Amino acid sequence: MKRQGFKKQGFRSFGCFGGFARRAAFGSFGNLWVFETFETSETSETLFHETSETFETLSHETSFFMRALYCLLLTLCLANASFAQGGELRFSLHHEPKTFNPLQAEEDSSDTIVYLTGGVLMRVNRQSQALEPALASSWKISDAGRTITFVLRPNVYFSDGTPFTAEDVAYTVRQLMDPALHSPIADQFRTGSGAVQTKVLAPNRISVTFPAPIVGLDKLFDEVAIMSAHSPRKEMAVLGPFYVADHKPGAYVLLRRNPNYWKKDTAGHALPYLESIRLDIQPNRDAEALRLRRGEIHLINVLDSEYYDRLASIAPGALHDAGPGFDTEQMWFNQVPTASLPAYKLAWFRSTAFRRAISEAINRADMCRVVYNQHAQPAIGPVSPANHFWFNASLHAHPYDTQSALRRLQQEGFRQQGGKLVDREGHAVEFSLLTNAEKKSRVQMAAMIQQDLGKIGVKINLVTLDFPSLIERITQSFNYEAALLGLVNVDLDPNAQMNVWLSSGENHQWNPKQATPATAWEAEIDKLMRTQASTLDANKRKAAFDRVQQIAWEQEPFIYLVHKNALSAISESVVGAQPVVLRPQTYWNVDVLRLKSGTGGH
Amino acid sequence: MKIARRIAWVLIAVTVLMCLGAGFLAPAHYATQFREIPNAAPSRAHWLGTDALGRDLFSRTLYGTRVSLFMAPAAALLSTLLAALIGGAAGYLGGFWERVAMAVTDLILSLPWLFLLITVRALLPLDVAPMTSIAVTFILLGCLGWAASARVLCAGARSLRQAEFVLQARVSGMHGFRLFAVHVLPNLKPVLYAQFWISVPVFILSEANLGVLGLGVAEPMPSWGGLLRELESMWSPMAEAWKLAPLLLLVLVVGSLQLLISQEEVA
Repeated sequence: MKRQGFKKQGFRSFGCFGGFARRAAFGSFGNLWVFETFETSETSETLFHETSETFETLSHETSFFMRALYCLLLTLCLANASFAQGGELRFSLHHEPKTFNPLQAEEDSSDTIVYLTGGVLMRVNRQSQALEPALASSWKISDAGRTITFVLRPNVYFSDGTPFTAEDVAYTVRQLMDPALHSPIADQFRTGSGAVQTKVLAPNRISVTFPAPIVGLDKLFDEVAIMSAHSPRKEMAVLGPFYVADHKPGAYVLLRRNPNYWKKDTAGHALPYLESIRLDIQPNRDAEALRLRRGEIHLINVLDSEYYDRLASIAPGALHDAGPGFDTEQMWFNQVPTASLPAYKLAWFRSTAFRRAISEAINRADMCRVVYNQHAQPAIGPVSPANHFWFNASLHAHPYDTQSALRRLQQEGFRQQGGKLVDREGHAVEFSLLTNAEKKSRVQMAAMIQQDLGKIGVKINLVTLDFPSLIERITQSFNYEAALLGLVNVDLDPNAQMNVWLSSGENHQWNPKQATPATAWEAEIDKLMRTQASTLDANKRKAAFDRVQQIAWEQEPFIYLVHKNALSAISESVVGAQPVVLRPQTYWNVDVLRLKSGTGGH
Repeated sequence: MKIARRIAWVLIAVTVLMCLGAGFLAPAHYATQFREIPNAAPSRAHWLGTDALGRDLFSRTLYGTRVSLFMAPAAALLSTLLAALIGGAAGYLGGFWERVAMAVTDLILSLPWLFLLITVRALLPLDVAPMTSIAVTFILLGCLGWAASARVLCAGARSLRQAEFVLQARVSGMHGFRLFAVHVLPNLKPVLYAQFWISVPVFILSEANLGVLGLGVAEPMPSWGGLLRELESMWSPMAEAWKLAPLLLLVLVVGSLQLLISQEEVA
């Protein structure tokens, strides 16, 4: 098995809005990745040969007793190894997956299924943050970052037995870039106008050429699960470690071990070790924590601070706090011009001074203390200070200052009248704040904002909806005024945020899919994001994205609230888990996870 | 049983009085957050401690009880009226109209009402005041909860259709709505009362179910459902027993209502 390392390492990201995705984009500092090819299976093969030779030597030179003893020990070792195989890992999805099509996955549950079932050409190692070969044994970027040529691994088959060839990669890329599909992943590949060309050079070689250079092009393929061009099962034929065996809507998704999975461990055993994964659909976080406590599920990928503290007294060995994570919680106002909002409300929401004032009137420190029990810190912008390279250190948190907020509002024509804030036309400042009912911490934050803004005379009607209804409102009908949700950042690179910051992006949530930027500052952000996405110089990229953060801080289209700490829980019965900050924190190495006997393992 | 019913009456009367006097009894407004003392144990200032945001739990229980206890009967009244109109008319008219009405009733009964409620609620306007949201929640419950009662009332009206006094009224020249209003409906009164009393605890629990899902009465307005949601994260009930007060009150009130219902049914 060939493996490639890098001399340079980039950042990556993968995101979703508390369930609906801000799709990933992967970038790098360097222009061209420099590979060092080496054999990973070499060591194990050498060991195997050495062991055989040793055994032969023994057979000639030692007594029968010694040989019998050796055989016994070997048998015991093999038997012991077989105990590690099998078992059913169980954990929860918080929502029904909206799709099993890997190119259309845009929320957390679908992303989880895609990660567990999808085969990708290369995979970012969540621990080392290095890109590793997967279905592509090697690749080369050329043409100043426009073209990537893959050499595919031979003798690989989809879960239904269909052979994997370059045709499948070409088919997947065509599907991905098809505008009719509206794939959220595709946004990251669209840095220039024009068609994407695929050229099958041989059954195991293919080149893909993009109309404009893309920074960190290879890392983008971490998220592109390859689909079969010929299988009658279409997207249900997969190349990942598991395949979807059963799905009962609203109840569970059952994944079974893919017998054709290409990867083997260092000893040559077929991966994955687990026989199946049961993903119970469990929107209720309390029930999820309770089930972990009872041993009914094995892990919680993202743990709320409340449960962290509760579980700490019961199962401290199962808990992991990796410090401030990359995730943010934020609120925003609906600025979509076609939204069914009164003109005066749209005018408020489009006013920078209004947004800044609202931001200043929110006590973020209280949120961290009361809602997150100090397992969070006030957010400054889209990038967490934990992201050492990309965080703009010149920025500081917006202060909690109601007087300053009122001054800003007065300058904008607002005034207080009988304890209420009214605009210059006399409309009382009142709006609804939408959040998802299942997430108690968000409901609590919204209730705190309600009280904080009440101090400056702003009335908030808090609305909690089930997640699908909420998503429909903020992405389809735009029938809402303000929303509070989370942004999940798995990667570090700003390329991952292209579809959020580009005014044409699907997840440019305050006013998505704009034909032309509605404001000058959005136009500037567009330009800066495209610059950082097409510039290969790390410092220039950093400067461009620093400016984006500065604009986001000044304009506050998203009012960032807190960065949560990266908390997770893994049952001690799971062997091989190595929790990390990047998503999926706990099961990123699912193919080598095992269960201890008597805990679901055989 | 007589003593039990008396106790039930007293308990409901005390609860109602306390709810009416919530403005005087509550030590703090139900929405006021004492952020320095979230999840506090009972104290002189906060008799039942505080919730996760530091809000006084006693005040929230009083106001929440007021919401659930007054709105549930309103919803029960609405659903009973609908049931009387649809079920009573179907039983009275008989034939084609009865078959149609019962088919619709069966359809309503077969719908997963919780999902239906969630869907309908999601379609409603967002920018509404908490009081409006309460009214909307209970109106929805009332509008969707008439079907079971309608079947009972239909059966009652059907049996009255062939009653001698109805036949005599018909012979005397009384027909249509007048006959229904003057002779049929008054004779359905006991059934209507029973259905009303049965519906009250059903709607209290329905709101509690919605509240537990976070889809009931909007924050910061408390309701029993919302208060019960706080208990979801309670892993050691004995260590924080005071937080069970809303649950205890719900059990006592619903239990009392059930006792009174059996009395009404007997009557």
